[in-house]
Amino acid sequence: MRNPSKGFGRCCLEGARSMSSAQQTSDLKTTPLYDLHQELGGKMVPFAGYSLPVQYPLGVLKEHLWVRQSAGLFDVSHMGQIWLRPKAGGSLDDVCLALESLVPQDILGLRVGRQRYAFFTNEAGGLRDDLMVAKTPDASGQDALFLVVNGACKAEDLAHMQAEIGGRVDIEMLDGRALLALQGPAAEAALAAHYPGVVDMTFMQVGHFDGPLGAVFISRSGYSGEDGFEISVAADQAEALARALLAHDAVEPIGLGARDSLRLEAGLCLYGNDLDPSTSPVEADLVWGMQKARKAGGAREGGYPGWSVIAPQLADGPAVKRVGLKPEGRAPLRPPIDLFAVEALSQPIGRVTSGGFGPSAEGPVAMGYVSAQLAQPGQRLYASQRNKAMPVLVAALPFVSQRYKR
Amino acid sequence: MKFTEDHEWIRLEGDIATIGITEHATVQLGDLVFVDLSDAEGDMSKGDTAVVVESVKAASDVYAPLDGEIVATNEALNDNPGLVNEDPMGDGWLFKMKLANAGDLDALMDEAAYKALTD
Repeated sequence: MRNPSKGFGRCCLEGARSMSSAQQTSDLKTTPLYDLHQELGGKMVPFAGYSLPVQYPLGVLKEHLWVRQSAGLFDVSHMGQIWLRPKAGGSLDDVCLALESLVPQDILGLRVGRQRYAFFTNEAGGLRDDLMVAKTPDASGQDALFLVVNGACKAEDLAHMQAEIGGRVDIEMLDGRALLALQGPAAEAALAAHYPGVVDMTFMQVGHFDGPLGAVFISRSGYSGEDGFEISVAADQAEALARALLAHDAVEPIGLGARDSLRLEAGLCLYGNDLDPSTSPVEADLVWGMQKARKAGGAREGGYPGWSVIAPQLADGPAVKRVGLKPEGRAPLRPPIDLFAVEALSQPIGRVTSGGFGPSAEGPVAMGYVSAQLAQPGQRLYASQRNKAMPVLVAALPFVSQRYKR
Repeated sequence: MKFTEDHEWIRLEGDIATIGITEHATVQLGDLVFVDLSDAEGDMSKGDTAVVVESVKAASDVYAPLDGEIVATNEALNDNPGLVNEDPMGDGWLFKMKLANAGDLDALMDEAAYKALTD
């Protein structure tokens, strides 16, 4: 084989799509935990413009299983952290309505102290990015919204918001602040040892906490399908916090490789693979994330980019739909791969957008887009890989049940 | 034992060569979850893809190191691909070839040369 050390070059991570393969390591940004990753033996790869660990010496397979049974610490500092605040004389409701002009979510109705999954749409009804929106006072007590956006999209997201709502809202992208994710059934106990108040949080709740390791902003959320937290912390306090969490026997450092297999098993989309500017949220089966108030007949129906495209899809159903895919054999599917209704592989009816091996599912798992009439679980399709027709079944998502603290 | 730049080892017994991937390669790849032996049959030219090994995140081709005919594959890997990680130079072998010209082996690296390549 050629370059086994480059073996992850064929993987499909968020950053891989957004960077030219010629990009030099020296162009990469580093996170506040870069030295710690090196010390822990992390194998560093380019991702969303940053040098980040794809795995540690434990390896992707064992890291994945460790998160499902105990707890894992992820460095997701490449993601964009953005505060939206009222202009002088404005109100939080003004900020909410401004953001609602860019997303199909009910932001006005989001309760203080809660966060919600959202996405920026474009005029064609496609997805510019997906993000988390929290309604919370900032550290100084001012009413605000806090956004976490994908690292590969954050510069464009910032420019988009500045252009569209910058006249109505103060926008602050935090520079260099770290974001740690602590995921898994043992996450609560480990974090509560340093911030006891987190035991009272439920899924998608947010809050400010202070303690000997510094002031942090925490959400009870994540992208592994497990209970867990994302912790926003000042750059100069991030390493001490990471070391304190890793000092727990239950906590291991986890790289991007396991982050990808965990989110795939949990049926969660990766922007750049499963979501893109030519795919609508209805096609992506994200209608659960679009609240009544913004749909037809709702209090604030439409009013975001692409509504004229998305409204008929909501009413009549999409022509293609995102589904889970379970290969019948043992071979993982490595996208991009076309899907066919017949073994003869004539006329593609869909495509695989994420695929790999699911350590907890104990077999290959994938997701992709298929014609809506072929989207029923149990439907047999064929994937074209290495010049073979590989049988796959449309499967319900997630592959591994989500275990959030409701 | 001989080695290729593509991180394969070749052990000749009589006129049959047993082929696998090196420990260096398995460490770089990580835990294997699937070994595709389905194309490993018949005559192969040097450089043809004989086997595909898959880790959690990536697929990697393993090539026929020399011209010859594939005469056996390690069927134990169908149930336990992890054998390649556990014992890459032993029970984790991939396939056996009857070499077209056993003399071709002389052109490949010995252990010292391979070690120098990977250090």
